[in-house]
Amino acid sequence: MTTASPATHAGVPAVPRATGGIRFGHLLAAEWTKLRSVRSTVWTLLIFVVITIGFTALFTWLDVSHWTGPHAATRDANIVADPVSFILGAGLGLGQLTLCVLGVLVMSTEYSTGVIRASLLAVPRRLPMLAAKVVVFAVLVFVIAEIVCFGSFFVGSAIMHSRVSVSLSDNDVTRAVVGAGLSLTVLGLFSLGIGGILRHTAGAITTAIGVVFVLPILSGLLPSSWGAHINAYLPEQAGSVIAKAHAPASQLLSAWEGFGVFCIWAALMLAGAAWMLRYRDA
Amino acid sequence: MIEVHDLTKRYGEKVAVDHLSFTVEPGRVTGFLGPNGAGKSTTMRLILGLDYPDSGTATIDGKLYRDLPDPLHVVGALLEAKSVHPGRTARNHLLFLAQTQGLPRSRVDEVLSLVGLREVADKRAGTFSLGMSQRLGIAAALLGDPQVLMLDEPVNGLDPEGVLWVRNLMKQLAAEGRTILVSSHLMNEMAVTADYLIVIGRGRLITQSTTEDVIARSADKSVRVRTPDAVKLAELITAAGGTASPVATAGPGNGGSGNGAPLLTVTGMDAARVGEIAASASIVLHELTPVASLEDAYMELTSSSLEFGQHQPEVAQASQVDATQGSAR
Repeated sequence: MTTASPATHAGVPAVPRATGGIRFGHLLAAEWTKLRSVRSTVWTLLIFVVITIGFTALFTWLDVSHWTGPHAATRDANIVADPVSFILGAGLGLGQLTLCVLGVLVMSTEYSTGVIRASLLAVPRRLPMLAAKVVVFAVLVFVIAEIVCFGSFFVGSAIMHSRVSVSLSDNDVTRAVVGAGLSLTVLGLFSLGIGGILRHTAGAITTAIGVVFVLPILSGLLPSSWGAHINAYLPEQAGSVIAKAHAPASQLLSAWEGFGVFCIWAALMLAGAAWMLRYRDA
Repeated sequence: MIEVHDLTKRYGEKVAVDHLSFTVEPGRVTGFLGPNGAGKSTTMRLILGLDYPDSGTATIDGKLYRDLPDPLHVVGALLEAKSVHPGRTARNHLLFLAQTQGLPRSRVDEVLSLVGLREVADKRAGTFSLGMSQRLGIAAALLGDPQVLMLDEPVNGLDPEGVLWVRNLMKQLAAEGRTILVSSHLMNEMAVTADYLIVIGRGRLITQSTTEDVIARSADKSVRVRTPDAVKLAELITAAGGTASPVATAGPGNGGSGNGAPLLTVTGMDAARVGEIAASASIVLHELTPVASLEDAYMELTSSSLEFGQHQPEVAQASQVDATQGSAR
């Protein structure tokens, strides 16, 4: 039988109605299919891996090859004081941008392509769809981010070995590497929330990047006494503390406090996205 | 069964659906007819829970769409606006929808075969023609083998074979006792597809009745006359207050007998009157046919509620104007 002439078989075969309603497991499978079946997911994650590990290698190598010693330069002194923070920061500063983009796209393309209509016809209660999307996206980003963070750490520490020695067994280093991956996952969810609130890809990406990269610059322009307090509670600033093994004296939040603040930010954005999804016309 | 009760939806200042009530019964194809912008798509979105009404209710078998435990098993919908990611393959689009309802993967292949897309199943939907996209949308609608089908302009962009296929599919599904609501702004398509018509304009119900009844109630009837003496008959009809206009010479497909004779379309009087005039002047008629197309009926019904159409020029015949105003309200 060929498929060229649909007019010859216009019947609808009966289909077993096995389900007793929609189950969350079904929705997880559906969201995984959605996520893996578009090129933007594969490409942004690939770019994330390449950029992060690539820039980690580049910056640590540049630093090592222009080493003036911890006593001659404050930069080198900082690296010696907290090498894991330098290694992770070298690649992730740029790499995390791709997770902002992916997080926004996962939600905003539902609206820009109209898939949201198909999605909500299948899940008219709406919120379970978002919940499943959040879970699937978080798990995927967490796994990739941890691989990238550990990869960056091993690449960076190997390059640095001749100048500074750092290993996972050092104080708080493992927490910093694992925490960097956690923080990136929360950043992705934060962006997904913004995508769901704004529903518009370009606007949401601009907003997410603005909040993550531009707000800290602006808050740096504020008078130092209260500017520092505001700065510490900004999403990306709060979330980055966990990726440091050694807290500078000026740091207001501890590693897990900062991470908690970042989680609250992401939760607020997701709540906004949930409210928009539930109460606004699709 | 779909029941719409006193449904109203505003977008800002604009009232898209205005206290609309109707019922769609199972076992027949119900046509949802109205000019562009009449509110057909909005009404369907409200029934499907995609938009929230300002007042009124729309239920399917007595339930709100959002309260259906397994919606794709109950209702299949093809919306006019695209609802497919252009970068996703047809198979993956259908697969994720199937997964939400716990349907087996094999069901995706079944509906792909059913709509004739099996060979392009792994092509990205963004590469599809309009006709293929429509077929993909119909495949998604049929995925859960639903008892209720709502199709918004389903034949849009389909080739003649596809149009025929959709038409037959809807008739077959209706014959199986399913509820079919199909919207169109093309009256002629509805005339050959629908058993029952719901006609709306500017968000309001204009009429709902059987297709035959809507056509029969058309006030603006015309008469088709074929005669070798067309010029003389036209003069007499004009003198009697009617209008006669020649129709381009009939081709073989135009039906009727005596292909050599010219054809006239007469308005402003009925077939009996035309026959009387011809008889009194001893004019031979080869054909005398009262014509009332659904298109005429539809134009008449919606002429007072066209959203974007320009106003019809003043019609010379007083009788026609009266008929239009008389039945539009």
